[in-house]
Amino acid sequence: MNPGLINKKPSMSRNQILTFAAACAGLALLFVFDSTLDSFTLQIFKLCAINIILALSLNLINGFTGLFSLGHAGFMAVGAYTCAILTMSPEQKEVNYVLQPIVPWLAHIQLPFLPGLLIGGLFAGFIGWLLGVISLRLRDDYLAIATLGFSEIIRVLLTNAQTVTNGALGLKGLPRFTTMWWAWGSAIVITVFLVFLIKSSYGRAFKSIRDNEIAAESMGVDVFGMKVLSFTISSFLAGIAGGLLAHYLTTIDPKQFIFLKTFDILLIVVLGGVGSITGSVIAAIAVTISMEALRFLDGPLDLGFVATSGIPGLRMVFFSALLMVVVIYRQQGLMGKAEFSWDALARIGLLPRRGPKPGKGGL
Amino acid sequence: MLSIKNLSVHYGGIHALRGISLDVPAGKIVTLIGANGAGKSTTLNAIIGLVKAGSGSVNWNGKDLFGAKTKAIVESGIVLVPEGRRVFPNLTVDENLTLGAFARNDKAEIEADRQRIFGLFPRLRERHKQKAGTFSGGEQQMLAVGRALMSKPTVLMMDEPSLGLSPIFVGMIFDIIREINSTGVTVLLVEQNAKAALSVADTGYVMETGAISFSGSGQELLADDRVRRAYLGEG
Repeated sequence: MNPGLINKKPSMSRNQILTFAAACAGLALLFVFDSTLDSFTLQIFKLCAINIILALSLNLINGFTGLFSLGHAGFMAVGAYTCAILTMSPEQKEVNYVLQPIVPWLAHIQLPFLPGLLIGGLFAGFIGWLLGVISLRLRDDYLAIATLGFSEIIRVLLTNAQTVTNGALGLKGLPRFTTMWWAWGSAIVITVFLVFLIKSSYGRAFKSIRDNEIAAESMGVDVFGMKVLSFTISSFLAGIAGGLLAHYLTTIDPKQFIFLKTFDILLIVVLGGVGSITGSVIAAIAVTISMEALRFLDGPLDLGFVATSGIPGLRMVFFSALLMVVVIYRQQGLMGKAEFSWDALARIGLLPRRGPKPGKGGL
Repeated sequence: MLSIKNLSVHYGGIHALRGISLDVPAGKIVTLIGANGAGKSTTLNAIIGLVKAGSGSVNWNGKDLFGAKTKAIVESGIVLVPEGRRVFPNLTVDENLTLGAFARNDKAEIEADRQRIFGLFPRLRERHKQKAGTFSGGEQQMLAVGRALMSKPTVLMMDEPSLGLSPIFVGMIFDIIREINSTGVTVLLVEQNAKAALSVADTGYVMETGAISFSGSGQELLADDRVRRAYLGEG
């Protein structure tokens, strides 16, 4: 039988064809971008991918498991520093650690990027597990305060552990490992992983805890264990994003990981929709690009009736205002808790309801 | 048979359950009635392990469940429909039901049970892809009962299933309780609606301030003067 080229084919196979076509188109697009974009634009494009990972990992705890956690900057910092220290060459370390030399057991380690990145993620995940076991007996605001405090503790430790992290001087001259393929490859793998995780029985358990903890527990869900699991996975992913960020910026210092970094990610999550993977992906790209596109706001402005000679940080005012508008008029963000699906596109009329020809559905 | 002996629960300094004992024979409907704050919900929550009991024993067919984890208790066949419905509002009917079967892993039978529950509650079948939060109170209660049945309980404990429902739904809920019981499921029912509860129950226990003051068959209690005065608003 010809699988569904003729009329009334099951919508399942239409969707598979569409998904396959979209995946090919996306891949082709990455190739084109990688070879044609100038290096500045490509940097922003890479940052989009890193922000996708950060937003998704924060959304896993805040959106899907319903735990108000604000410790993300801390987990990023752990991943970033671990990965950076493990991948730097011994010579580089000597150059960097000028105030006090690095501890001997770290001085001669040099790993390739992938193991460094994974160990960074695992270490962040381990810290997340530890913090989770301690703090997940708290909920709501109390958990937020505890995790916020934790991320500041991490930052203070990084600033003061001179012989391990080089303290406030930070680490400079990291190899620029985070290519377009590393950034987007990781983002795609992690997105797909999370889509499957959320659809699995673990994902259902996370969402049941978010919706009603007591009901979840009386269904036999191990509420505490599931919370810790979600928290650990999220920290792991934040650690991976931190490692990517370190080798994207090529320089890190503790000040980058102040709690405001967490709020940047939270902004993306809230704008995209708390509890939507699609929303986080779209918002991460949109916010990252607008952060650059709105840079003119920081420079001299002449609006006709009023002129400024350049107010640094004015573009952040735009995001603050946007956040207020969203919180007042559209609390659910861009996507609410909805996810992208071909059927949903068909429902709002962007696709024919029953794709007559698969070729037409490509893009 | 589920047998509770001298169960005691403290909330901080408050002695919520003062050593209560009750028996729930297999295949029967047993109801706990009493005023607000008498300890009815606490009793159910302590049996299922949501509240840690201080002392006493919970014996289930010879197995000691005192202090066991909720997951283990649910797996052994005792399940609670919590008070106030507590469905998962952002999840669809299907997802809610699937979560009811969280402690099981026999896929084919879970699917059969889902169909059986759709037979019991046709409204749920019609709207199986809809989010539970969009349902009316009565429909949510049906979903909560259906979700509990998905765990394939031998004992179904229900906490105030008729609370806040319209008279039509109250009638339906009690019909459903009878129907569930007729399939061999033991029911332990906590109710404010004493009249309706005692009418379906084989045995009733009357609770006051954390202790059981007296018990009897459903019919006996319906005719009892003390019950009539205190809970049925008669005499």
